[in-house]
Amino acid sequence: MRDPLKPLAMALMAIVLAIAPLFLNAYYVDVLNSIGLYALLALGLNLILGEAGLFNMGHAAFYAMGAYTAAVLNTRYQIPILWTLPLSGLAAGLFALAVARPVVHLRGDYLLIVTIGVGEIVRIALVNDVFGITGGANGIFGISRPTVFGFVIRQPQHFYYLIWGFVALTIFLFYRLKKSRFGRALNYLREDEVAAEGSGVNTAYYKLAVFGLGAAWAGMAGTLFAAKMTIISPESFSFWESVVLFMIVILGGAGNMAGVLLAAFLVIGLPELFREFSSARMLVFGLVMMIMMIVRPQGLLPARGR
Amino acid sequence: MDLLTLHHLTKTFGGLTAVKDVSFTVEKGAVVGLIGPNGAGKTTVFNLITGQYPFDQGEITFADVRLNGLRTHRIITLGIARTFQNIRLFQKLTALENVLAGRHYRMQSGILSAMLGLPAQRREEQEAMERALEELAFVGLDQQALTMARNLAYGDQRRLEIARALATEPRLLILDEPAGGMNEQETGALIGLIGRIQQRGVTILLIEHDMRLVMRACEKLIVLEYGGKIAEGPPDQVRRDPKVIEAYLGAEDEP
Ligand SMILES: Nc1ncnc2c1ncn2[C@@H]1O[C@H](COP(=O)(O)OP(=O)(O)O)[C@@H](O)[C@H]1O
Ligand SMILES: [Mg+2]
Repeated sequence: MRDPLKPLAMALMAIVLAIAPLFLNAYYVDVLNSIGLYALLALGLNLILGEAGLFNMGHAAFYAMGAYTAAVLNTRYQIPILWTLPLSGLAAGLFALAVARPVVHLRGDYLLIVTIGVGEIVRIALVNDVFGITGGANGIFGISRPTVFGFVIRQPQHFYYLIWGFVALTIFLFYRLKKSRFGRALNYLREDEVAAEGSGVNTAYYKLAVFGLGAAWAGMAGTLFAAKMTIISPESFSFWESVVLFMIVILGGAGNMAGVLLAAFLVIGLPELFREFSSARMLVFGLVMMIMMIVRPQGLLPARGR
Repeated sequence: MDLLTLHHLTKTFGGLTAVKDVSFTVEKGAVVGLIGPNGAGKTTVFNLITGQYPFDQGEITFADVRLNGLRTHRIITLGIARTFQNIRLFQKLTALENVLAGRHYRMQSGILSAMLGLPAQRREEQEAMERALEELAFVGLDQQALTMARNLAYGDQRRLEIARALATEPRLLILDEPAGGMNEQETGALIGLIGRIQQRGVTILLIEHDMRLVMRACEKLIVLEYGGKIAEGPPDQVRRDPKVIEAYLGAEDEP
């Protein structure tokens, strides 16, 4: 806050991001698009895990919920893909409320296990096409391209602005949220649940609300993912995705949005840059994670440096 | 008028009866002390009043509202606020943010109004901020508003907890060993603070080991031993009660 360089650095970052696609080839723009989607997901998870301190390692389930809602609505009912955005968010949010309600009171480690279970159940349900509309292991294809005011988005450069525009909006909204009654309530929850309840905060409500909100964001990210890929299948929503998102939030410094963004760049971007080293890169990646957690357990940019 | 009434309250933990058939009342505007040896069940009584866990038998009423079975945050919104024996602040948040927790239920705005930054939401934030700063000033911590709670001195942490509780605008404030860990000078200041809280019209129920504080601040004492009430009355009467002297006062300081 008091650092005068911070707004400057952020403005610079924003400018660099805004003009980046003009100087990069389609491959790198696509990498940036991936990073943007993960950033969106991680920002949503950050509310749950970073701000409220609720261990959720099943975030991919909500992502899947949104992506499939968008895909089904688009391919079966011809609803323009971007119009499904609020519906996907709603579907994922409501789904999260339903699954979180009976388990959200569980202590950290138990909640972690339950959310892992939820993630797996959703994935397996999709693979086996239990609803009869999700296409089983093959998934759903033929999702139409998004259009904005009649302009059809198909190139990575165009998706770039769609995705990163949404990231920018998310940062803006979440920043306001963080500085509000709701945002503070999440922090009270994380710091000391008994004291929060004892100060008049309805902790059960906030636990549910933050699960719903974080999941709704994952659902909307799912829509953007479905629009970008035009084909989705269960393998995009594996347990590993939840783990990566969990890692991004913790590595970034739970509760700090700039840290979460930085971590999204490192965790998603770096392995892409070193693609030619194939398997060795994951080895290095794992090592870096271990070293990071030992030398900087508070994350890259901890929530409070004071 | 009785603000708080405990009626034949019993609480067991497994085989242990922590609170045994305890009844007492707290009159509006009074400062009442709950005393007794360690493990007598004092903190448990506080936890029962604030609904931390259910009790086996009895009834608690506050301002004619039955508290049985209500969740803690609901009880707080009815006008009871508390502090904890082993300080429970939001350690990694600032003193100001800690006090804002007490303002929470007095505010309205939710997710949408915060995201949109609606005028009503901004006004509410502004008012809460001012009110929280007033409470910090009231306990003498206005200079430390932006200090992280865990970086405050021990005595300051105790006072911050009181400020957070006061920010809820309680009718009844319950303090669990507020002088715990304080030096003589800080305890003296605390007695003054308790007096000023009482002047605000807040009724106080406190647990305390510091007899000097209890004798000076309280109008009525309730003495617990092994979960049961063994005496009740004005301090002068209680200190001369043979049962109390044997159970508690006799063993500790009594100049
Ligand atoms: N949550 C709990 N679970 C089990 N036993 C408890 C619990 N809380 C308190 N007790 C027991 O109840 C008795 C009274 O404790 P407490 O109310 O903390 O005493 P005091 O505050 O008077 O020192 C003690 O024997 C304590 O061990
Ligand atoms: Mg105690």
